[in-house]
Amino acid sequence: MNLVVLGCGRVGSLLATLMSQQGHQVAVIDSEKNSFRRLGTGFSGRRVLGKGIDEEVLRAAGIMEADAFVAVTNGDNTNLMASQIAKVRFGVPKVITRVADPIRAEAYRGMGLNTLCSSLVAAGMIRAVLVDEQPVETLKIYSDLLDELK
Amino acid sequence: MYIIVIGAGKVGYYLTKTLLADNHEVLLLEKDAAKAARLAEELGEVVAAGDGCEVRTQREIGMNRADVVVAVTGDDEDNLIACQLAKRQFGVGRTLARVNNPRNEEIFNLLGVDASVSGTRLIYSMIEQEVETGEVVPLTALMRGEIEIVEAELSDRSPVVGKALKDIHLPGDSVMAAIIRNNHIVLPSGTTELEAGDCVITLTRPGDEASLRNTLTGKE
Repeated sequence: MNLVVLGCGRVGSLLATLMSQQGHQVAVIDSEKNSFRRLGTGFSGRRVLGKGIDEEVLRAAGIMEADAFVAVTNGDNTNLMASQIAKVRFGVPKVITRVADPIRAEAYRGMGLNTLCSSLVAAGMIRAVLVDEQPVETLKIYSDLLDELK
Repeated sequence: MYIIVIGAGKVGYYLTKTLLADNHEVLLLEKDAAKAARLAEELGEVVAAGDGCEVRTQREIGMNRADVVVAVTGDDEDNLIACQLAKRQFGVGRTLARVNNPRNEEIFNLLGVDASVSGTRLIYSMIEQEVETGEVVPLTALMRGEIEIVEAELSDRSPVVGKALKDIHLPGDSVMAAIIRNNHIVLPSGTTELEAGDCVITLTRPGDEASLRNTLTGKE
């Protein structure tokens, strides 16, 4: 698929590298040049320097042909705005947004965006181990992806 | 009216003072606690500290009672989210946002903000209005940009000078609405002939603006 990732932080760089290694066409957008250093050697996609809420930057990253758009910067509002532009303005079929604030995540889910609240996921998983007697091993979920990245 | 202003930069600050002078109920919300405290010394209880993009903060400041929310922070994305939450979570009737990147005006409208203002675009159009003879200047965009009112001063080299309106083919469905001639307004009919020095006011669709420029001034 053609994937545009906004934000080359920990999550963005990991996702971009994994997807690129699997053969997908990936473009990563970040406003800081240094962020692209996080991309693994397995990354063979494109790096686009700029702000993801700027239409010109999104176009440069290939949003017109994108099958999916993922917004995972550190800023909830940036992620929410960029995702809405991707969805409403450019009609990208799959749009996923990371939102750290659980209330905002829920509010925008209600408005039709696919939001992932990583803070709730972490809190929920830890509580499940502490209180609901989920095995501690559940915390290892997805750690096998590290092997893919080597 | 109860008006909530989000962002106590210069725009928010002066807007608040102006609204207060008109006897509106205003709340000025500022994210930076120190700044909010300083402003509260001058403006009193009108100022509150908090993030206008947090649902909890919006609830605490009585967003459900607000008639208008004006988001004037320095960041477009914050202004957008604040307006969207105000409208959808609290049903605020009118949301206004400041837009720093003029290209975001259209997006904001698309995403449900009732009105957005780009200071850059306003100042730019004021600069354009000072531009010399023979240029086509957009005066204003109506109906969310579907119609533009365009002003053009006809030099003596203009291809339409000396022609009657009925003999001039304007692009698309453009309509020449008025002519300013020697400081008088002429409402033209088909037989009105255009003269050098006329300032013509034309209604046009944005896509036809370039073609209109060519028709009126002869320049590509």
